[in-house]
Amino acid sequence: MNIFNLIKIAYKSLMRNKMRAFLTMLGIVIGISSVITMVGVGESSQASINNQVSQMGTNLIMVQRARMRERGVATGRDNVQSLKVKDVDLLADNCKYLSAVSPVFQASSQIINGNYNWSGSVMGGNTELMGIRKFELATGSNFTDDDIKKYAKVAVIGHTIVEELFDENVDPIGKTIRVGNMPVKVIGTLKPKGENQMGDDQDDILIMPYTTVQKRILGIDFVHMIMGSAVSEDVADKAVEEIEVLLRGAHKIKDGAADDFEVRTQAEMLEMMSSISGMMTTLLTAIAAISLIVGGIGIMNIMYVTVTERTKEIGLRMSIGAHNSSILLQFLCESVILSLIGGLIGIVLGLLLSYALAVIQGMPYIVSTSAVILSFVVCAATGIFFGWYPAKKAASLDPINALRYE
Amino acid sequence: MNQAILQIENLRRVFQVGSEEVHALKGVSFSINKGEFVSIMGSSGSGKSTMLNILGCLDTPTSGEYLIDGVSVRERSKNDLADIRNRKIGFVFQSYNLLARTTALENVELPLIYNNSVSSRERRERAKHALEMVGLADRMSHTPNQLSGGQQQRVAIARAIVNDPVIILADEATGNLDTKTSYEIMSLFQELNEKGKTIAFVTHETDIAMFTSRIITLRDGHIISDSKNEALSAMAEIQKLKNINETPQG
Repeated sequence: MNIFNLIKIAYKSLMRNKMRAFLTMLGIVIGISSVITMVGVGESSQASINNQVSQMGTNLIMVQRARMRERGVATGRDNVQSLKVKDVDLLADNCKYLSAVSPVFQASSQIINGNYNWSGSVMGGNTELMGIRKFELATGSNFTDDDIKKYAKVAVIGHTIVEELFDENVDPIGKTIRVGNMPVKVIGTLKPKGENQMGDDQDDILIMPYTTVQKRILGIDFVHMIMGSAVSEDVADKAVEEIEVLLRGAHKIKDGAADDFEVRTQAEMLEMMSSISGMMTTLLTAIAAISLIVGGIGIMNIMYVTVTERTKEIGLRMSIGAHNSSILLQFLCESVILSLIGGLIGIVLGLLLSYALAVIQGMPYIVSTSAVILSFVVCAATGIFFGWYPAKKAASLDPINALRYE
Repeated sequence: MNQAILQIENLRRVFQVGSEEVHALKGVSFSINKGEFVSIMGSSGSGKSTMLNILGCLDTPTSGEYLIDGVSVRERSKNDLADIRNRKIGFVFQSYNLLARTTALENVELPLIYNNSVSSRERRERAKHALEMVGLADRMSHTPNQLSGGQQQRVAIARAIVNDPVIILADEATGNLDTKTSYEIMSLFQELNEKGKTIAFVTHETDIAMFTSRIITLRDGHIISDSKNEALSAMAEIQKLKNINETPQG
């Protein structure tokens, strides 16, 4: 009994009951397509997170002021003044794993241009901040070290602020707007970046020399945050260590005492976001997998009915010379064909569905080869696993009794 | 022509039914020669079904010897028995046992599918030839539900001869058919017998057995008679039936 004949026999048997074969397959189709869709959605959202994080700069390292306890009283981060501009200089001079570093001042201010006004976020940094945050100039130019020295009233503005403050065909470069009460000249605009994974608008930003923000708007002597770029993603951890050692030394923190700052990398952010989306994906895939098992049980059920219904046929096949193994393989073949065809349809359907979902959600569409291959293997395994018992039952029939079966 | 196809010596078959032993065959001996057309008769419980199962290698005797085509079937594995059935035996059943929704041609091909030495082209040719021999050359692509009972049994007979067996075993092959169709089937068997086929026909109907050339009668597990029979011509009987129907009565 060669395998080609076997497949032919199994195929013909299935074709004798098209509707039943189709309905049996449906369970597998639904199971596989939902697994593929869920994995696809998971991978898409993962990719979209990666995308957005890398937009922010995968090398990004942030040094923040740490919450502290003073004589048992916890203080909020806003009251901690541990980071100074000289820390930035220290890092800039001594960190070999940092390619750029900038102090960051943050303020929220009313931004006004004639009749238009907008409440936007103001960020102060040095000339490297734009590079660190992966902002790119659309028009105009960045401010210079000279502007920083002079506390210059110049600003580079994000796309949202351009849209809110200027009419469509007006070039903002060279125009003077007001930040709070201070007149500021627009010297550059940024390319739009869209929302980040938290849903914050990254284009709602106005960047000025840090001295301007520090002295003219905030009037503080500490910095809110230090941002830097690691030389590469691989050395981000080394850069973090280096920063910690340098800052602990500069801040004269004794061994065993808590840091008055926190260093975080973008990789950690990425991990956090991924773990949330990964958990959701796993959960949804698990649910989808259950439907696949139900589909498999459907096959088993139908194969059982088939074996009982075709007892006489089995008897006949045995009486004309079929080995028990031929009968076993025939029924196994039938269930594997059912599950494989169902699986193929499911894979196609699942890929289409995940494509549709990715398009609707505006996420990148990713075909997960591993999920497709795995589904195929699972299908074959389902067919064999759930088909085995009924097939075994068929093969162990006694031809004499099977022939008499009514 | 006196070469023995089947040889049975002191065949016994004991079934265990609960705590009781049932002796279905109590030491039966006979042989069937090549080209014979034998009917095995007996009422129910005579052991003829058991006899048929053993002759067909579906069952093995408890004791005694059974040789088919010179090969002993004792101590054979299930797969060996299946191969013997596939190569040496053709079955014809009372209820035809054709695969539903499968064409006559594919039904006839079935035994050859389980024979690896037959190519698919040869299989098709032999199946066509077998269907021609039973007079169904024009019904090859019909499925069983498109065929009459007699035609279905002809397909079954074609299936039984397609593997060119040493013996055709028929089990009440006319049991589901009316008299005229039964005679037609018997006529076909006679025709095949004339072409050299060896046939063993199990039946409980005396008038059917009259078409065979030797009648073995079983009762309670013993052979009570084994005699030559002057076989009636089934063709002639069909003609008689026609005459009766055509003659106005009264």
